[in-house]
This record gives sequence, C-alpha cells and structure tokens, in this order.
Amino acid sequence: MMKDLVNPTNFNVLVGKLGDVLTRALDLPLGYAINWGRIWSLWPVHLETACCSVEFGAASGPRYDVERFGIIEAFGSLRQCDLVVVQGTVTRKMAPRLRMVYDQMPDPKYVIAMGACAITGGLYIDSYNVLPGIDGIIPVDVYVPGCPPRPETLIQGCMLLQEKIKRSKIR
Amino acid sequence: MENEQKFDETIRRGLEIVKEAEEDRLMTLSVGPQHPGSGHFRFTIKVDGDYIVYCDPDPGYVHRGEEKMCEYRNFIQNIPHLERPVIHDSTNITYSYSLAVEELANIQVPLRGQYIRALASELNRQVYTLYWLGIYGIFLGHSTMFMWPLGDRELFIDLLEALTGARVTHAFNIPGGVRNDMPDGFEERCLRQVAYFEKRLAEYEDIFYNNPLFRQRTEGVGILTKEDAIKLGVTGSVLRASGIPFDVRKAEPYDVYNEIDFKIQYMKTGDSYARSMVPFLDMKESCHIIRELLDKIPKSGEVRAKLQPNPKGPAGESYKRVESGRGALGYYIVSDGTPKPYRVKLSVGSFRNMLALPFLLIGSKLADMPSIYWSLNYWPVEADR
Amino acid sequence: MGSDQSKTQNNSEQKKSSTDSTQTSISKKTESITPEFEGSLINQIVTRFSDKLVQVIYVRPGRAKILVPPNEIVQVASFIKDRLGFDHAESVSGTDYPKDNQIEVIYHLSSYSDDKLSSQILALSTRVDRNESRMPTLINIFKSAEYHERETFEMLGVYFEGHPRNERFLLPEDWADIPPLRKEFRIKGR
Ligand code: SF4
Repeated sequence: MMKDLVNPTNFNVLVGKLGDVLTRALDLPLGYAINWGRIWSLWPVHLETACCSVEFGAASGPRYDVERFGIIEAFGSLRQCDLVVVQGTVTRKMAPRLRMVYDQMPDPKYVIAMGACAITGGLYIDSYNVLPGIDGIIPVDVYVPGCPPRPETLIQGCMLLQEKIKRSKIR
Repeated sequence: MENEQKFDETIRRGLEIVKEAEEDRLMTLSVGPQHPGSGHFRFTIKVDGDYIVYCDPDPGYVHRGEEKMCEYRNFIQNIPHLERPVIHDSTNITYSYSLAVEELANIQVPLRGQYIRALASELNRQVYTLYWLGIYGIFLGHSTMFMWPLGDRELFIDLLEALTGARVTHAFNIPGGVRNDMPDGFEERCLRQVAYFEKRLAEYEDIFYNNPLFRQRTEGVGILTKEDAIKLGVTGSVLRASGIPFDVRKAEPYDVYNEIDFKIQYMKTGDSYARSMVPFLDMKESCHIIRELLDKIPKSGEVRAKLQPNPKGPAGESYKRVESGRGALGYYIVSDGTPKPYRVKLSVGSFRNMLALPFLLIGSKLADMPSIYWSLNYWPVEADR
Repeated sequence: MGSDQSKTQNNSEQKKSSTDSTQTSISKKTESITPEFEGSLINQIVTRFSDKLVQVIYVRPGRAKILVPPNEIVQVASFIKDRLGFDHAESVSGTDYPKDNQIEVIYHLSSYSDDKLSSQILALSTRVDRNESRMPTLINIFKSAEYHERETFEMLGVYFEGHPRNERFLLPEDWADIPPLRKEFRIKGR
C-alpha cells in the first residue's frame, strides 16, 4: 500500500499536502516573520503597459526612491517577481500577455492597478481597443487612482499593499 | 539608385539566409512586451549565432484608437487625450494640434502667448530628453546615468508645475494661446535652473559620453548613412545624426522661432553614438533658446486669444508640424465645418523611425540590440497612438 | 460629392486668397509669403500631366494638394520624386467619405535633400471606391511609406497592390471587425 502512495504522480500531491499542513502549522508562530520578509522585498515585474510607466520611472528615480520602502527596482526575471504594477491602459492586444505574465509568476503574487486606465479604462473608456479595467482578467489588490498618479500616490499604494500583506495569513 | 539596391539587398540577403539555413540553426527570439529593454513593444528577431538575420517589429500594444476618439469629441475636448501618447513631452504634442486648429479656425495668438508656448515647449523638451537619456543609460548598464538625469528632470518638472499646475500632463497649449500666464518670479527661477543645468551637462559628458565603455558599445554600431536616412524618411535626432541638418524649427519656423537665433545640432557619423549625442547637443542648445526667449519676451500682454466656447472653422484641412523631442510631429486635421473634427491623423516621429529598426538590426550583433534600439529615440506609446 | 466638394473647396480657397489682402486679421505667415513657389511647383505637375488628370485642390504658403486618379498615381509620384525633388513621405492617411462612397488616401510628401523644399508639404491624394478599395502601392518610389501604408490598410481597408505585407499591424491578432477608421464603425456608447 505504501508503494502505491509514493509513486511519482501521487508523490507531488503528497508533498503539496505536506506543504499545506506545514504552512497552517507555521502560520501562527512564524507567519509574522515570513510576512515581514515578504513586505520588504517586493519585486515588481518589468511590464509597462502604457504611459503611467513614466511616473513609475520617476518613482524609482532619486527624488522619490521607492527602494527605501522595499519595492525593488523593476529588473529581474519574471520567476523571481511577486508584484505586478499594471502601469496604465491595458489594450486588447496586451491583455493576454498580462495574464500570461501573471500566470508565470510563482505564488504569492500581488497586483497593483496604477492609473485611471487600469482601474476603469479612464480617458479611453470608449475606445474600441481598451479594456475597461483590469479586474476582469487578474485579481487586483490595491488601486492607485490618478492620471497619471503622482509618485507619492504610487508610494502610498505600495505601503497599503505592505499593510495588507502584513495582516494576511501566509499562503 | 545604387543605395536603393543596396538597401533592398540587405533585406533580401536576410530573408534568403532565413530560408536557406536549417531549421535548428536559426533561433527565434521574441523581444518584448515583457522584456527589460523593449518597453511596450515587441519585435521578433532571428539570430544566426550572434548575428541578427531577421527582424519584424510588432507594435500596437498601446494602440488606444486616439484617431477614432478624436472624431467624437470637439476641438477643445480633444486636448487631454491627445497629450497622453507622450505624457513626458505633452506640451509639444499639443503644440502642433493647436497650430493646426488655429489655422482651421483662423485664430491669431497674442505675442506673449507665443513666447510662453515656445518656452514651455523648450522646457518640456529637456524633460523628455532627460527621461530618454536615463532609460538609455540604464539599458546600457550605466545606472548612474539613470539616477542623474531623472534627478535633474525633477527640477524641470518643478518649473513646469509652477507654470502649468501639473507634473506631466499639462494640457497647457490650447487653440488660441496658453492657459495661463507665468507666475511671479518665474523668469529668475528658469535662469537659475538653466545655469545649474549647463554645469550638469558638462558632468554628463564626462561620466557618460566620454566613458570608454559607452563609446565601445556605441561607436560604429548601427550605422545609418545619409542616403538611407533620406530614403527611410526618419526624423529628429536619428536624421540629424546621419548628417542632415533638418529641424522644423528652422525649416518651417512656427510662432516665434524665426526670431530666435540658434544652430541646428547635427553629426555626420550616423552610428549609435551620434544618435545618442544629438539629443544631448539639443539640450545644450535648448538652454540657449530658453535664455533668449526669456530675454525677448514682451513684459506684459494677453496670453490667449478670445475664443467662442466651441471653436470651429469652415470646412477645410490643415497639416501642421513642430519639432518635438523625437522629431517632426505633424497633425493632419480635416474639418467639415462642425465643432468636431472629421478626421485627425497624427504623423509621429516614433512611428517613422520604426522603419529604421529592422534595417539597422539586420546584420548587427545581438549584444548591440539595446544600444541600437534605444538610440532610435523611440517611444512605443506614441508610435501606437 | 467628390468632385463637387473639391470644387467648393477650390472656390473657398480662391475667396480666401482674395480676401487675404483686404483683411488684416489673417495670421502673419499668410500675409508675408505669396505662394509663388508653390504655384510653380504645381504648374510643373499640371503641365507634365494634363489638368484632366491632375486636379489642384489648393495652393497655400508651404502647402499644396493635388488629386489624381488611383491608376495614375505611380506616374505622378515618380515625377514628383525625380523632377521636383520630394524624397520622402511624412505621413500616409486615409479619410472615409461614405456620402461619396469613396475613401481618400493622402500622401504628405516632403524633402530633406533640397533646402528650398524643406518647408513645403505636397499632399498627393487619390480617391478610391469604398467597396472595391484598391490602389497601387508607392513604396517602390517612397520607401518611407511602407509602415504608413500598412497602417492605412488595416485602419481603412485600402488594399495596396504590390505592397509585400497587407496585413495586421497595430490591431490585436484576433481583430475580426470592419476596419476601425471607416465611418460606419461606431465606438460603443456613442
Ligand atoms: S491613467 Fe492616464 S497616464 Fe495612466 S495610462 Fe491611463 S491615460 Fe496614461
């Protein structure tokens, strides 16, 4: 019977279950520490979708410097990232790519919708090629309003996300 | 004719290699839209070892249908969304729109308004070029060159914020002039900032343009000859780097630019280095222009013509262009006599420069791709509209 | 309405130019230069081809527009390039006129190599039928029109014969609607 259980197909399931059990067990004693580690090293994906990326660039520039809040500059591989900042309009051509990027990222992952366009479509709500908001394709954690949001607003959004992570259970 | 043949041959040779080579020898790479170094843009390249043999740009990731939207809004309502394609150069992109509408509706801009427009446009050119320089620096692995220009850019943004009230999206140029006058003490602030910035430019030259690593990566890379530049119809800094002194501000002076004395900056080599140097020289020249504008500006007067609430003109069409950060930026507007335009077409520098991308990439090394791509002064959002 | 409209435009142009000298509120650029040079350029085209073929829509300072039938456009364009010296296309755009059942395709040509021409934009336009919208491509004469023509194809559905890639460019891969810049394409809610 033991042999049946540990064949390669079941093995993954077993390990997954074990992981779940472990996370549950660790949630109370170690959850705070794990979340603490997560919030100070959020890696955003380098995915620019429209003009809000200019203000995202300014936010990682020397005056605003999001890095001091633990949002590391957007360079690195998709597989190491845990944050998508959707920087503006998502067109119908970009939408499948955005979803693909989101699916390729490892858990846990968070999404910030930056700019009026990412929230509702904004100025371009009646355009034929623009999605009215991204929450139809990926789940959003924090909405940052503005067109474009000032870098301060973006930083506030990031801090809200950190607050949210701090209070949530570890996954 | 010879060059035409040469050009066609380059493309054909690339295609032939693609066809002939065995399937597994060529490797297809998709660059973008999620790629550190492409922006909101994708192109597929095929590489043979280290050399690029095929390139096919695939823009349109930010195509938001600006031209269609224009037909549903009136001339004033169109301003805010028309500046979104290049929000860090928004004064210039609404400049030519205003010029075109003024020609249609026959509006005369007061002189002080014209000067303030030109001043805002020059300040915005600095903002745009500094952002571009920062991005160019970081993609060549020079992170100081990301931090410095973005830091100095904020100072210009402060100036523009004092003038227009918004960080990047100003909606400052409107048909008939500018929205408001300069605040008190703005001239002195400008002069102080320009004096400081000129000192910084010298430092940029030391740390970036004279840096042997940067020079190695750009000199002799991606050469665009004069004839090819004409043939491909590129514009802006790409054109001027290939040895053609063409600048709309001189060729077809709009507003007050015929009273301003400045030189067209151009270089002859046509490689990536020249293409990255020309915007830098433009920034230097822009400092002179700002000084001169502040010198000559009339001390008082109206800044905007009186308009009726919904400006409209007789049926007709106009084509107006200005020199933006990325080259000639033209608006073709057809009006049928109603307050809404019948058709608006943006002819933008980025879209025109995109044609040079496959031409320059085919035959060059893969490692040269970032230095060629970013030297084209390409902003995908603008190209897609 | 095609020829009608151009005639009325022509008339209004003439009216405008006649009032130019009397009115003072016209913008200063219009006053300072009389479009002699532009007129001579257009005259060269009209004398080379008969004025039945080439219809002059307007001549203004720095701008001129001519209308030619689609099957003659290649000849006229190569004449403009070789003899007049216009060497690249700044933009190619199309305008839909459902009332005339026509689409106007317009090339804005300009020049880098000739200093005198650098302030000039010559608009070379043609009108194709809306249902059977085909015209020969000009990319063998103006290479710079390549992407612009491709864009015109997808936005207005004008097929350019001889263009290597009449295909999707800016729109999404799965675009299955009519070309968006045609007038019967309405955007939602409007
Ligand atoms: S919210 Fe405004 S700035 Fe941001 S992408 Fe949309 S239009 Fe551009």
